[in-house]
Amino acid sequence: MIDVDGLTVRFGGVVSLSDVTVTFPEGICGLIGPNGAGKTTFFNVLSGFVTPASGSIRADGVELLTLPDFKRARWGVRRTFQTEQAIESLSVFDNVATVYEHTAKSGGSAARQTAVSEALDFVGLADVANDLVRTLPAKERRFIEMARAVVGQPRLVLLDEPGAGLPDEETAQLSAIIRAIPERTGATVILVDHDMELVQACCEWSAVLDFGRLLASGPTTEVLADEKVLAAYLGGDEALEDTLS
Amino acid sequence: MAGLKALLPRREFQVGAAAAIALAAMFLVPALFTGFWVARFSQTAIFAILASSVGLLYGRVGLVSLGQVAPYGIGAWVTLRLAFATSLPFPILLIIAGLVAAAIGVMIGLPALRVSGLYLALVTLMLAASVEIVLSQIKFPNGGGGFSGVVTQLSDIAPMRRPGFASSDVAYYRFIVVAAFIIMMAVAFVLTRKPGRAWASIRQSEVSALAAGIDVTRYKLYAFAIAAFMAGVAGGLFAGTIPKGLSLDPFTRQAAIFLIAAAVMGGIRSLWGGLFAGVLATLFLAFLTQNVWGHQLWTDFSLSLFGFGLLMNLVQNTKADEKKGIAS
Ligand SMILES: Nc1ncnc2c1ncn2[C@@H]1O[C@H](COP(=O)(O)OP(=O)(O)OP(=O)(O)O)[C@@H](O)[C@H]1O
Ligand SMILES: [Mg+2]
Repeated sequence: MIDVDGLTVRFGGVVSLSDVTVTFPEGICGLIGPNGAGKTTFFNVLSGFVTPASGSIRADGVELLTLPDFKRARWGVRRTFQTEQAIESLSVFDNVATVYEHTAKSGGSAARQTAVSEALDFVGLADVANDLVRTLPAKERRFIEMARAVVGQPRLVLLDEPGAGLPDEETAQLSAIIRAIPERTGATVILVDHDMELVQACCEWSAVLDFGRLLASGPTTEVLADEKVLAAYLGGDEALEDTLS
Repeated sequence: MAGLKALLPRREFQVGAAAAIALAAMFLVPALFTGFWVARFSQTAIFAILASSVGLLYGRVGLVSLGQVAPYGIGAWVTLRLAFATSLPFPILLIIAGLVAAAIGVMIGLPALRVSGLYLALVTLMLAASVEIVLSQIKFPNGGGGFSGVVTQLSDIAPMRRPGFASSDVAYYRFIVVAAFIIMMAVAFVLTRKPGRAWASIRQSEVSALAAGIDVTRYKLYAFAIAAFMAGVAGGLFAGTIPKGLSLDPFTRQAAIFLIAAAVMGGIRSLWGGLFAGVLATLFLAFLTQNVWGHQLWTDFSLSLFGFGLLMNLVQNTKADEKKGIAS
């Protein structure tokens, strides 16, 4: 459970998050909203890259906002980025190993080998483990980020539009991987995506942001039928309208 | 693709090639070249260490430091002073010089935690300049006895002692090659380990590195410490090549700019680039000034050429930096 209370973020005059209070339950939660709603900003606050003007975020009884940015990964916050950030000059294996060796609390090289191999199996990249990332196409890079997000002991996995730009077949693979995360790791997952089919397939529960404000939260089907949510999306996102009509 | 992969040199192959080059340098060069050229080859090996230290910071971690002449000068100073003031074995002097330089390197690195790109280049250049001022104020050591011995008469300046087992010019040259080889291998090893992976992450994206749990500050300081250690040892080796009184010239701001330009021209992405930078900056220049008309012209021209290469590189990198905002 992630308890967000009174979270406000300002960039100069822009209020990117405005007094957001919401509780994310365990499992996979959707976080949706039109462009510029504040979804990535919320992730940046959780990662420690953006300091909020006010508010608190408690996870498993820990006030996340008091942890320095790089220590949050060690606590268990993991994320993927809207623009994919797999490390080009390293091999696929080393990409995942890097996260493991900076977040694992103990364990030697055998434990590391096992954990990384398991994570690569989990996303189906075991056979390209030794390839350099810069030689791989977009889908593999996205999946490397997924492996980086689940290796070791994640507690909170933040996925920022992991499906963006993927064709349908690969989105289906991605969806299966996301849905398997809670069982595999016990982590809470927050999924940001504009693909409502993906969100509906993965998330029983969702929250909606619009202009930095929480518009609605609850079971995904109810939230997507909410009039305020429909109004926010009207003209903005045809995918949602298509899904709902 | 598979064929290309098979052709790409493997790690073992690279180590073997490096060892072969080191051996050839040790035995073929003295056999084939005059003393003048052996002295140039000594400078090549020293410059290769120095340029690799710049390459480590810039090419591997993304830190543009123009301050590497500072630990280089400090390393030379410490080695020289301890050589006169103590009877410690020469390799120990080099290690002490490297450690002192590493401490200075971390100090130069501290502002790097706040700025990047061109700003970092300027800040480190200013720090190098302040070290230059300090060195000139304390009468950058020439050859007097004790810790602070300063001799005013050039004719009274004694050369620094060399290792007992390598006192001749050729033997000392071989000693330098071995030292350079050991340092390069050690760095190559570190690059394949945890720090190397952390640096690769930081270079590509600091936010992604932080999100991976990497203590970016700490690993940047490690890089500054290791690079400064390399420069410090290079400085100590350099002090032993100077027959009469070390001058300040190799440690000035102009030298700093020449160094980064040569390092960039040589290639900052691999240790081979460091070696190539050494060849460019010493052998190539010496060849031009020896064999081609108008040597001052060539010296100036090469500086412009190197400077141009550097500028292109910085502009490219700054553009790349701008593309990585934190919101994405
Ligand atoms: N570092 C920043 N500096 C200034 N403004 C910012 C910054 N980060 C975000 N913003 C602003 O905050 C608002 C929310 O942006 P954010 O990136 O969180 O939206 P989003 O919901 O992720 O949108 P999208 O679906 O397009 O990714 C936008 O108006 C954006 O311009
Ligand atoms: Mg976003």
